[in-house]
Formats: sequence, structure tokens, C-alpha cells
Amino acid sequence: MNREYYGKLIFELSREGRKGYKLPKHAVEGSLSDIPSTLMRESAPQLPEVDEPTLVRHYTNLSTNNFGVDTGFYPLGSCTMKYNPKINEEVAAMPAMQKLHPYQPEATVQGALEAYHTLQAALAEIGGMSEFTLNPFAGAHGELTGLMVIRAYHESRGDAKRTKVIVPDSAHGTNPASAAVAGLKVVEVKSLPDGTIDVDALRPLLDDTVAAVMMTNPNTVGIFESRIPEIAQMAHDAGALMYYDGANLNPMVGVARPGDMGFDVMHINLHKTFSTPHGGGGPGSGPVGVRKGLEKFLPNPRVIKRDDGSFALTTNDDALGSISVTLGNFAVEMKALSYILSLGNEGLKNVGPLATLNANYIKSSLNHVYKLPIDRICKHEFVFDGLADKSTGVTTLDVAKRLLDYGYHAPTIYFPLLFHESLMIEPTETESKETLDEFISVMAKIAHEASATPEVVKTAPHNTPISRPDDTAAALNQIVTYADLTQNA
Amino acid sequence: MSNIYYSQTHEYVRVDGNIGYVGITDYAQHALGNIVYVDMPEVDDDVTAGEEFGAVESVKAASDLISPVSGAVVEINEHLIDNPRLVNENAMENWIIKVELSDKSELDELLDEAAYKALCESESAH
Amino acid sequence: MTHRYFPHTPEDIKVMLERCNLATLDDLYSDVPDNLKLNRNYDLPSEMSETEVRNFFKKLADKNVSELTCFAGAGYYDHYSPSVIPALLSRSEFLTAYTPYQPEISQGTLQYIFEYQSMMASLTGMEVSNASMYDGSTATAEAMMMAVAHARKRNRVLVSATVNPAVRKVIDTYAHYHNVVVDTIAEDNGTTSRADLEAKIGEGNVAGVIVASPNFYGILEDYTGIADLCHANKALLIMNCVASALGAIKTPGEWGADIAVGDAQSLGMSLSYGGPYLGYMCCTKALIRKMPGRIVGATTDENGRRVFVLTLQAREQHIRRDKATSNICSNQGLMALYATMYLSLLGNKGLREINEVSHSGAEYLVNGLTSTGKMRLKYPDRPYLNEFVIEVDGGDVDKFIADGIKQGILPGVKIAPDEILIAVTELQSRSDMDALIMLAKNTFAPNLTPSRHE
Repeated sequence: MNREYYGKLIFELSREGRKGYKLPKHAVEGSLSDIPSTLMRESAPQLPEVDEPTLVRHYTNLSTNNFGVDTGFYPLGSCTMKYNPKINEEVAAMPAMQKLHPYQPEATVQGALEAYHTLQAALAEIGGMSEFTLNPFAGAHGELTGLMVIRAYHESRGDAKRTKVIVPDSAHGTNPASAAVAGLKVVEVKSLPDGTIDVDALRPLLDDTVAAVMMTNPNTVGIFESRIPEIAQMAHDAGALMYYDGANLNPMVGVARPGDMGFDVMHINLHKTFSTPHGGGGPGSGPVGVRKGLEKFLPNPRVIKRDDGSFALTTNDDALGSISVTLGNFAVEMKALSYILSLGNEGLKNVGPLATLNANYIKSSLNHVYKLPIDRICKHEFVFDGLADKSTGVTTLDVAKRLLDYGYHAPTIYFPLLFHESLMIEPTETESKETLDEFISVMAKIAHEASATPEVVKTAPHNTPISRPDDTAAALNQIVTYADLTQNA
Repeated sequence: MSNIYYSQTHEYVRVDGNIGYVGITDYAQHALGNIVYVDMPEVDDDVTAGEEFGAVESVKAASDLISPVSGAVVEINEHLIDNPRLVNENAMENWIIKVELSDKSELDELLDEAAYKALCESESAH
Repeated sequence: MTHRYFPHTPEDIKVMLERCNLATLDDLYSDVPDNLKLNRNYDLPSEMSETEVRNFFKKLADKNVSELTCFAGAGYYDHYSPSVIPALLSRSEFLTAYTPYQPEISQGTLQYIFEYQSMMASLTGMEVSNASMYDGSTATAEAMMMAVAHARKRNRVLVSATVNPAVRKVIDTYAHYHNVVVDTIAEDNGTTSRADLEAKIGEGNVAGVIVASPNFYGILEDYTGIADLCHANKALLIMNCVASALGAIKTPGEWGADIAVGDAQSLGMSLSYGGPYLGYMCCTKALIRKMPGRIVGATTDENGRRVFVLTLQAREQHIRRDKATSNICSNQGLMALYATMYLSLLGNKGLREINEVSHSGAEYLVNGLTSTGKMRLKYPDRPYLNEFVIEVDGGDVDKFIADGIKQGILPGVKIAPDEILIAVTELQSRSDMDALIMLAKNTFAPNLTPSRHE
């Protein structure tokens, strides 16, 4: 490994005259000379010139500066970093799936459409919904799509007053952001000290201007909202719909279904619950499911099964419109289908319980050294409010950075906003007891270090490829391209 | 009597005749940390007491700016565009917007220095 | 209960439950009311082995007609895909990492995003790029919302009729819910009507103007003066471009655009029945804070080393919530890495070469198809790059396509009953094109001399 050399920017490894491609032989001589020069680019783009071996060394060395689920334990709360099975990659890359053009005639893509339909039906069974669209590209895109479904539903009834969405103050940041993009006004409702929604505060907010109540269950502190049927009833009585943010679906898999809890619309993050790799931030997939009666509002195009057993792409006028040109991140969808088939019924019913067991095991093992603000059975994740001993001056950020030194990814930090020093831990069902025991002992060790040698923790990390970066300088200087960098040099 | 008034949300307005210089307090800049950006309205925009007119950002947080007074923006502090850290250096000197006050009686709703000091003390106690 | 993905032994479960002071796994759900519990198996198939999963997908795959010689485009093109890219993308340090929230152990991801931003900014001729978007259509819709946010009090956006109609549908959907008024700029013989643009922008309240290059018909429009017209009316110029074409054609930056958006699938990504692709968004530095999505910046660490971090995060949803520039949080990370590697391998010369052979191939094909006598280039006096519209006199495009598929050729995308959009890339050989020309002759030949037989 030579990160020093191969880890430079690819531009710095470039030498004029090198190349990393060879196009197929072409009998037609290539030329652009007949196109008016006013329509052609004036200066060439600044792209590197590299040979293939150099490129491979560069990106292989870069990859070693990264940490993935395959590298080690990744207890990032709300992100459900479970193991990503390799068979999923293999089947998604099958040429007969990968080489299909999105505008191929229906008759030539029957297998692809059947795969889409099979996955949407499986998700409908798991979510307790009637039908899913797989078109949304990511979780936030799913939220937006789901809220558009809700707006299309109200519009279809001529109910134009409903412009608000109620969101708990513990909600994921995407919830209010998606509502704003969907043209809805956000009304926050407070959480009780136990982290659950304040039903009494919710009640007076539910009037005829509310389009939806948007919740996740379990909520972002990992607590199941036991009063959910009552909340759904209240919302429905007021004419609003219930939206389920599927970011926290994992502990419910095999146990309970959002549809049965009274939710009308939901999204699922396939890259969380159904094990498709996060890819350093994408591509994800955020299918949206609806209860019976709302199917017609799902975005175009939809995949339906005809009576003769064939599959068809359809569009309809009641639909909310289109949120994608195609059927979403198709290859990602195939990976999720592969995962569901690999687990089957027997596997799926254990996903939620084992994820929940792992979370409670860590919580029960560390609640004497970390401050546990809500001491109840949690679901797939839970939140510590920093160290139990507040006298050391060691913050959640410091603990997170110190964990990197010991070979762990950090938990989610400073979210939810309900606590000052939130440290949100989600282990997932694919972690062994031994991994958790190791993690627990390291967390305890860091708590001890915080008292004994606080400076070591406050200046962590020490064993990572780089030390803490200067974020303020990054924001002030805004060096965001190689051109900026060379100008600043 | 001082010509500086404070809001519960840590903005100040320094009044000079019909003109108010609006900024964030030293307490607020301290709580935010290194300021990397000040989002300001445009000249001729109207601001309303109690309503948002912009935001200040640090690296990992953003805080809405709530106007303590109503009126038209007659000037924005253009120094802050290139050098937002001026607010950290001297928050009282480096106002953010200059407002032509439309209703001076609004000043009565604001805190004086002593009351504001008490507010800060009670907040830091948490 | 053991599954190959779950490490728990019965003994582990017992010990772990004891630590939690619980007796059974069911006790973990004592807070879930009984009537909410499923209490049954899902109605789904039983657990499968890898062999069974593979066979399941093989059976589905066999129902597709794939490996067609692809003359279909309409935004998504069949380009050469270097095998080194999927090999590197499958490295699990890239594949199984999350968003780079911890820069100390994410320099791999952060650095390639920085490289990606640099390349995309240069390719589009803009100053800055974000870390990528879902796809070209949603990127264009985001650009529309960005223009409206920038304009603050104006909420009308003009979209040229020559923008891909599938992208337009997504724009319209976002606009409807986001309270943006979208008006169409009329088409004038395959290009954006300058007169109609001037008239509509003159009506006022315009926050942005969206045009495409190459446009939906494959035409390279002359946008001289459009940026000045937009800016004189305080509107932003948004240009939607096919990424690969930017290796040769005038860039959004050179036209004076404020925002460049589009799909980067054309940078060698597999067609994959619609995704994952890659949306890109670049803009002027003045607009950087209004830009949605993640941005990576260079800075130094405590030891003075050059390092990369997510920057300007205070614009984003996890901090600004309902006041964020957008709700977007994922980018298409791995696909951005794909584009970065592709652009590195091809370089400026490779991209240029691809555009040259694609263009010349398209000319060859136009000549061949029109020589059949029944096919006409719809916009003969407009310059095109590698895609064009063919009109078939009284012809049946559906039959042309169906006949083609029987011979292993996907002839193009039907855009009207008698119009087909045909694209050429470096992958179609001369014999592929000759086969398409022969197909056209055979499909429509009987019509060449109908009177003699009737």
C-alpha cells in the first residue's frame, strides 16, 4: 500500500499522453467538423490522463481510507447498517437484467416487470399495505412521493385547505424538509419526557387544515409508540392521513406491520431494512406503499399484472404525476428482492427480534457508564445522552472520535435533538454477541479514559488515516474543485 | 436610557433616530461558535417584528434571525458577505441589517440591557 | 432459527436476554399491543439457498429480450463500459460504507467526490458541482426549485418544448406540489422559439428558464443571447445536457448558464432498465449555498495534511429541516465514483473521440435510412450530434421496432405514431447500422411501390 503516492488526487497522477481506454474499431471515420463551431465547446475539459494500472492503484489505495460494513461494526443509529449479502450483487448484475433499455417494448422486459411486481407485492405484505411503487430513488424521495400521494388524495376530494403536516420534534430532518418540498407547512408536536409523542398536545392540532401526521414507529429514540392506534384514529377522525417514515422499520420486520397500526402511506428504505449496500451515500431506493383505495394516486408509471399473467406498465390520470422517468433504481430493487428470497419467511420473522435483542443487550451493558435518558425496552436502537459522568468535559463527539481509534464506526451523534449529547446506537441483527461484547468493552474503556486521561479522548482520533479536519476553514474557503485548489496554492 | 434593545431570541436593535441597526448579541455569537455565513435579506425588503429575516450559520448549526422591529431594510452589512467572522469578533459593532423603523412603539416590547443580561444568565444556568 | 446471515446461537440468545432481564424474545415487544402484532408468518416464499435465488432470477431473466443492438436513446445511451470500473466499485470499502459523516475514516469516499465535483464542474464549464443527485429528471426539478428559492418572490419557470417530455413530467409534478407555475416555450422547427421566449419572459414573474442541449430531438440549438435575456429579466438560465455530449459541445458555462443539470448515465453506465443512473448539478459559485445535496470541500487536518470534508452542511435537511435547500440526503455515491473513473480513463481525448464516431455514425445512418425513400430526417436543416428524429411516411413505427427486435436490434424510441428517435454511439458498428438500414428497407419496402401491386 502506498497511500502517499497513489492516494494523491487523480489529477496529480495524470501525465499528458496517457490514456485508459480503447474504443471498438469503427468503420466510419469520426469527425465533428460539419457542426458549426459556435455550437462546439471552446476549451477542453480539465480531465486527467491516466493509464488503467495507475487508476486501479489510485482507487484501491483510496478505498483503504474508507470504513464499510464489511470492514467492521457500524452502529450508526437510524441507518440500519446490516450485512450486505454478496448474492444480491451477483443477481442484480445479470446481463439479461442489466442490459435492458428503459424504453424497450413491454413484451421484451416481462422478466424485469415481473421482478418489480414480485418485490412490490412482497413489500406490501411486509408493510401491511395494498400496493407499493418502487420508483422513488431514496428514502427522502420516498417521503416526498408519499406526501404527494397524500396531497393528491385530498385534492381528489376537492379538499384544498389541508396544507399542514404534523411532525414530532424528534423526527428525522428529512420529514420537515420533504414536507416543505411537497408544499406543506410543518407543525411540530412535542415529545414527552419518555420520548413518545404527546397525544394531548397533538389532539388540538388536528383540524381540517391538516393533511397528514408523519411519524416513525418506533420513534427516533427507539421507543415503540404504543398509543399509535389511538393517534391514527384521531387523525382519521380529523380527515388527515397517517404517514409512516420507514427509516425505523427494521425492528418491526416479522413482528408488526405499519398498515395494521393504522398508517395509510409509508416508505421503506431498501438500503436499510432490505440490506442493499449504501455505496457511500447511494444509490438507495425508497419504495412507497399505500393502503387500499389510494393505489390510483401512486406515481406513473405503475407495473400491473394482467389477467393473462403478463405484466404491463400503466399510467393513469388520478396519479400524483411522475417522480421519475423510469422504474427507479432497478438494480437496487433486484438486490432487495434477492435478500427477501434468501431470508424467506423463516429468516424475516427473526430480523426484528434479533435486531431488538442486540440493541437492548448493548443498552443494558453500558447504562451504568453512559447516561440513559429513557430507561425502557428499546427497539432496534436507543440513545445515550453522553457519558454518565458529566464532570470530565468529554463530549459525545470525543467519544465518537475515540471509537474510530478502536476500529469501530461511530454511532449517530447529536441526533435526535431531544438531548444535548445524543449518541444513538443501532447494532442490527447481523452482529454477533462477540462483536457486541467487544464493542461494549471498548465503550466502557472510553468512559474510563474520559476520567483517567481525558486529553486522549478529547484529541481523538489518533490511529486513523487523518486527524480531525478544520471544518470552519472548509466552510469559509469553499475549495470544492481541483481548479479551486490549484488557484489557492 | 440606552438606545439598545434586545429580543428574547438574542437579536439586538441599536436605535438612532428612525433607523435601527439589527444584529445578534455577543451571547448569541458565542453560543453559535465560528460563524461561516450570514444569510441576509435584500435592500428594500420589509422585515416584521417577530418574524424571520435571515439566518446565521456555523459549521454544524444554523440559527434563524428574528427581527426585533418592523420596517424596510435600507442597508445590509456587506462586510459580512466576505467576512462573516466579524460577528464573532464584535457582534455589537457588526450589525447585520439597517432598518427604517415603521413603528417605534415596538421597542417597548423589547428587553433593556439589565433584563437581557438576566435572560442570558438564566439560560446559561441550564 | 439460525440463518446464514444471523450469528446468534440459541445459547447466545439466552445469555443476552438474561442481561436484559428478559425471558423470551417476545418480551422485547411487550410494549406492542397484541392486536397490532402479526402473529403469523408472512405470505411469502420459504427461505432459499443461493442456488435457488440464482435460479429464480435466471428464470426471470430468461423472460427478457436482452443483448439487443441498441439504437434507443431518449436520454439513456448504450456506451462502452470499461470492465475495470465495476471491479473497483465492488470493493466493499466503497460499496458498504455509509455517507461520509466521519471524515477520519471516510477519506476514500470524500476524495473521490471531490474528484467527481472537479470533473463535472470542468465538463459543464461551471464553477462548482454538488456530490450528485438521483437522476437527470429530479436534478432538473431541483434546479427549478433552486431558481424559485433564489428569486424569492417570483415563482414562474419557463421550460422549452424541446426538453425531454419525460423529464418535463417530473418537473411538472414537482412544480404542482411546490407551487411553481410552469409555462412552455413553444417549439420552432425542432428548436426553442426565441420569439416565444422573449414574449413569455417579458410577461414577468420568471425565476428560471430551462432549455436542453442536445435537445430531446438530438438537435444542438444555438443559445446565443439567451443567458443575457434571462439575466436582464433576473431569471436564472438552467441548461439540461447529456453529460457525454459535453466532451464536444458548447458547455452550459460557455453559454452563460447559471445551473447545469442532467443525467450522467451516458458516461458508460449500464442501462440497467432505468437505474441506478446519476444526476448531476453544477452552478456558479454565487449560487453554491442555494444548491441542494452534499458538497465536499478541501481543508487541512490537525497535522496540516490536505483532507476532504462534507462542507456547507448547514444548508441541508438534517440541520435546516423545513428550511433546507432540499430534502435530498443521499446522492448516488457509487455512481459518482463510476463517473469519476470513467472520465479519468477516457479523459478529454476519449470523450471527444466518442462524440466524433457517434456523430459520424449518426450521419452514416441518416444517409442510409433516408435513402430508402420512405424515411425522412424530420429536421433536416438543424445540426445534430448523435441522435435524430426520423419520420416514416404513413409508416408504422411499432412494426419497425417489432421487426427489429426479431433480428436482435432495438431500432430506437417511438415518439409519435410515425416518428422514431434514433441514437448512435461508439458501440454500433457499421454492420449494425447496415442491418438497421436493411431492416428499414424490408419493413417499408412494400410501401415503396404500392401502386404496382394494387
